[in-house]
Amino acid sequence: MIYLDHAATTPMRPGVWEAMAPFAADSFGNPSGVHGVSRTAKNALEESREKLAALIGAEPLEIVFTSGGTESDNLAVKGSVLSRTSRRGMVTSAIEHEALLETADFLKRLDFPTAIVGVDSEARVDPEEVAAAVNDETAIVSVMMVNNETGTIEPIANISEAVKAKGPEVLMHTDAVQAFGCESINVDDLGLDLMTISAHKFGGPKGSGILYVRDGTALEPVIHGGGQELGRRSGTHDVAAAVGIATAAELAMADRDRFESEIAKCRDRLEARLTDAFEDTVINTPNQGRSSHHLNVRFPEVRNETLLMLLDQSGVAASAGSACQSGAAEVSHVLEAMGMSPDEARECVRFTFGWTSTLQEADDAADIIIDLVSRLR
Amino acid sequence: MRVLVAMSGGVDSSVAAALMKDAGHEVMGATLKLWSGPGGVAPTSGCCTVSDAEDARRVAAQLDIPYYVLDHTDDFKDGVVDNFVHDYATGRTPNPCIECNRTVKFDRLLARLDDFECDVLVTGHHARSRRIGDRWELLRGEDQAKDQSYVLSMLTQRELERTRFPVGELTKKEVRTVAAGMGMRTANKPESMDICFVGQRDYRGFLKENAPEVFESGVVVDSEGREVATHDGIVGYTVGQRRGLGVAVGEPRFVIKIDSSSSTIVVGGKDELEVKAVQLEKLTWVAGSGADGPVAAQYRAHGEAVAAWISGDELIFVEPQVAIAPGQTIAFYDGDIVLGGALIAAAT
Repeated sequence: MIYLDHAATTPMRPGVWEAMAPFAADSFGNPSGVHGVSRTAKNALEESREKLAALIGAEPLEIVFTSGGTESDNLAVKGSVLSRTSRRGMVTSAIEHEALLETADFLKRLDFPTAIVGVDSEARVDPEEVAAAVNDETAIVSVMMVNNETGTIEPIANISEAVKAKGPEVLMHTDAVQAFGCESINVDDLGLDLMTISAHKFGGPKGSGILYVRDGTALEPVIHGGGQELGRRSGTHDVAAAVGIATAAELAMADRDRFESEIAKCRDRLEARLTDAFEDTVINTPNQGRSSHHLNVRFPEVRNETLLMLLDQSGVAASAGSACQSGAAEVSHVLEAMGMSPDEARECVRFTFGWTSTLQEADDAADIIIDLVSRLR
Repeated sequence: MRVLVAMSGGVDSSVAAALMKDAGHEVMGATLKLWSGPGGVAPTSGCCTVSDAEDARRVAAQLDIPYYVLDHTDDFKDGVVDNFVHDYATGRTPNPCIECNRTVKFDRLLARLDDFECDVLVTGHHARSRRIGDRWELLRGEDQAKDQSYVLSMLTQRELERTRFPVGELTKKEVRTVAAGMGMRTANKPESMDICFVGQRDYRGFLKENAPEVFESGVVVDSEGREVATHDGIVGYTVGQRRGLGVAVGEPRFVIKIDSSSSTIVVGGKDELEVKAVQLEKLTWVAGSGADGPVAAQYRAHGEAVAAWISGDELIFVEPQVAIAPGQTIAFYDGDIVLGGALIAAAT
């Protein structure tokens, strides 16, 4: 199989599972306990917190362990809004993950002020437009760092700057799920108060994420209970998951340069092969300001549902937008926000490369894709 | 052959997939996503729901065949749901399952077979088809009690050539035995009865949203046009209905006609309910063409076929029939062989 769906999830990096395993069995202790087996677990938990903090330029206690990207996004937004009695609004963009768009919808139903900012044809958010949507009701702005479908890099530092200029007390959050491990991330440089990271996107376990929370940021928990994580996220710690995300994060950051050099080359190779083969190929991933590993392509007149099915049977794993509960492909809200018609969006396929990708895979995939697209026309 | 099995998540299509695989074909399974309710939420009851797709997916995994969910929501909305609402609003009797066969499964899905590089489409219908020379015949299923050839009566050579109904050769009991023998999770699954896009919600709720005009009050008249009662909307009435007419007269009264344009229900005695002939529309012949002459006509999914005579686009019953409404499908048979089908445009 040629796996070109790394943005959906990527295999665990060697060494991660081994690092986690002891905390599932021998060192099973609850880090909140007062005995030896708990102290071992607690040490591992805090060591993981320190490692993660160091990687993003944060302090250890600014790291909150969660069950993943979706929970972190929910906690960032709901936690910020619910911790206040005034200024309870949210501004976000039209191309966010459902974790944010559905949260926005939920808050709107509860009569919290929400605003959704559009994007240009490259799925890029305009900092000035975001700032213009900020008003004296805004509590938090959330814009993702790299779009999961197109690989568009959003100008987070500029957005933070514009937002803070308009309202210094407005919190700035980014969902960095697609960016971590490939982009350079320093929370101060980016002007962030909150940031979401998910382990399984860079070689860690599923069900593990963090929310970076700048010191002094008021946050109402979404999960109330025993008061773990300084009261910001209750529930007995999954120490193995914390060790897993920290181990994978260190491995990913050590391997980051290879994304800019080797992995980007794989993506560029596939892109070149596809545009050479069919002159009407439309590349939805922007030319500039793009991640190293996303390639979103439209083959006019070829329905993505059919192409993905045949690709699957030819041993190439790719995807299109997100899938609904039953498993049917849905028209991507990102592509629609970019101005595409539903029919055009149904002709788009996403190929995403990752740490296991090779040039040979890119070439083999290109052969198969070109053959299938030709047959479908 | 390379075949696409339309898997609803029920026992029949599960076994259809298993039989094709056993016969040595290259099989892939697909469930059609046809409908999402308000706010895009998938239905949880009736056919084609999330849990049905899950059943189909699990059976496919057990058979070790690739499985996909195909999005036909647009086709379904245009071809089935809109028709259903329109039929209701115009006082006709809709049959959305037949429309789904006509417009989605055996038209739009079949048209995608080439793209999927499949030779034939396989469904779990209880019907049989066979090739005689260069012609295809459609026949009733082996299990007369479960026969579904009625809902396939619109198929013609073009569709039959590219479709197979493997479970039509078995009785329902045999189908369940095969499924149980393979340990399939769908072996004892009850048959779905709901209309998938209405689900367990009542008809009234669905129609209130989509065809509010059927709730307009109107009058109940007799066949001479004399007002005998009032009603709260034509939605509650079907041709042949006796109860709930609010008519207090001596002899039994039945709905004999629904005039949606004036929201009028016409009632009459049993004799007035009798239909001697029907006008046909969307008439198709399995063989491609047909001639005037005698047929056995069946106008309900599990009704008896009765003697009739086709003459152009009119069908004349040998014995008058009761409770026939415009919109119903009528299938024509010669013994077990399906000759063709049509919609009833009007009853006279």
